[in-house]
Amino acid sequence: MNHPLQLDQSGGLKHFLTIEGLKRETLISILDTAESMTGVTDRSIKKIPVLRGKTIANLFFEPSTRTRTTFELAAKRLSADVLNIAVSTSATIKGESLLDTLRNLEAMHVDMFVVRHPQSGAAHFIAQHVAPHISIINAGDGRHAHPTQAMLDIFTVRRHKPDFGALRVAIIGDILHSRVARSQIHALNTLLTGEVRVIAPKTLLPIDVESLGVKVFYSLKEGLKDTDVVIMLRLQHERMQAGRLPSEREYYHHYGLTRDRLQLAKSDALVMHPGPINRGVEMSSSVADGPQSAILEQVSHGIAIRMAVMSMALDRTRATS
Amino acid sequence: MTTTAEYNITTALENLTQSLTTHLSSCQEPAIIGIHTGGVWIAEHLQQRLPGEIPLGTLDISFYRDDFSRVGLNPEVRPSRIPFDIDGRHIVLVDDVLYTGRTIRAALNEIFDYGRPASVLLAILIERDGRQLPIAADCVGDIVILQDNEQIKLSGPAPLSLEIVKLP
Repeated sequence: MNHPLQLDQSGGLKHFLTIEGLKRETLISILDTAESMTGVTDRSIKKIPVLRGKTIANLFFEPSTRTRTTFELAAKRLSADVLNIAVSTSATIKGESLLDTLRNLEAMHVDMFVVRHPQSGAAHFIAQHVAPHISIINAGDGRHAHPTQAMLDIFTVRRHKPDFGALRVAIIGDILHSRVARSQIHALNTLLTGEVRVIAPKTLLPIDVESLGVKVFYSLKEGLKDTDVVIMLRLQHERMQAGRLPSEREYYHHYGLTRDRLQLAKSDALVMHPGPINRGVEMSSSVADGPQSAILEQVSHGIAIRMAVMSMALDRTRATS
Repeated sequence: MTTTAEYNITTALENLTQSLTTHLSSCQEPAIIGIHTGGVWIAEHLQQRLPGEIPLGTLDISFYRDDFSRVGLNPEVRPSRIPFDIDGRHIVLVDDVLYTGRTIRAALNEIFDYGRPASVLLAILIERDGRQLPIAADCVGDIVILQDNEQIKLSGPAPLSLEIVKLP
């Protein structure tokens, strides 16, 4: 096998599809580049000319406000032109019609597609079929991966607690359906995090979850003990209908993060959530808005991380030299 | 073989400080901005020697380079830090060497993304030949004429030293 799909010949990022398979140095270089992007927001003109003349299309086959907006803002801060294309979710997207959409956008000389799709593997599929000069950023595909979300979470952790080797991180909630959790686990393990825990009822855990390199806890109280970072996941309402959980109240009773329960973690533990939060289901308002919460910081960091990834992927110098 | 010649930096620094002091005597509330990396060292040196407490900012112009698409992203880019309001301010822009002028062009563009300064004064430790843009320094420590295969290399921050490197 030659170089993986998302890297160019010299190991630089061409697409950003998944954290899996990326080297530690690549992740650190994304974090460092994002760090240098954070200053742009503090200026009167919140723009740098890095991607001037480039066109980026946001291709969303699944509704999203936050992710799409932060991708759009990130692209605009880099001076790129942005197209937002919301593709209907009601129609079944067949392989062929998807490729037709791509061909049309290629004909408009788009340089990058930011893709969100309900099917796992959609971003890979697109990356395999687009013209060679186009970069693909995965903004979430099915249950598979959401690499920019994971990187912004890691970035938030690093800003507070830079020594990953010394950290005990707990991810709590619907691990089974969560592309965010999968990407977070890969990123945390690539960065050699001391211990990664997942805490969830059995019905919301994948069968082979240990193989991802995590310690499994079914009890929130046990799993929270002595953790440095507590990452809550969103509980999607559909899960209840599928019979995986009796009720939201029951879930909150066992797995909701309250102020009392948070005291089991270290006193300076960081609380994170990828949003949107269901208050009173995953966590209480007092925790979500409390002093240990980094939830709004995560949103701001999302812009810096997306700026970093976009500029790195469209950095064509390495590919040609 | 690469050869180097030590250059006496002290006189150049004194000249620059002297010239800048004269320029700033009629200037209200100036601020200094140094360009990474060498310009920041010179800017810090000047800040300590100029009268009054002049605020200091730093600029990393990597994102503004005109050869960005050729050179690519530098992973070592440090965030620019301008801890004061640029609007209406008299700015002293400091760099170690003025050569093609392209760095200064990029720095001016970046400064204007922070605000609209009242004026920008260019202070350069060593001015050398080879300008490619219509840019000139207001205050200069020294002027040197170099051969095509010669370069100036600043080391620092403490002690600051300059070498003229002759490439093979």
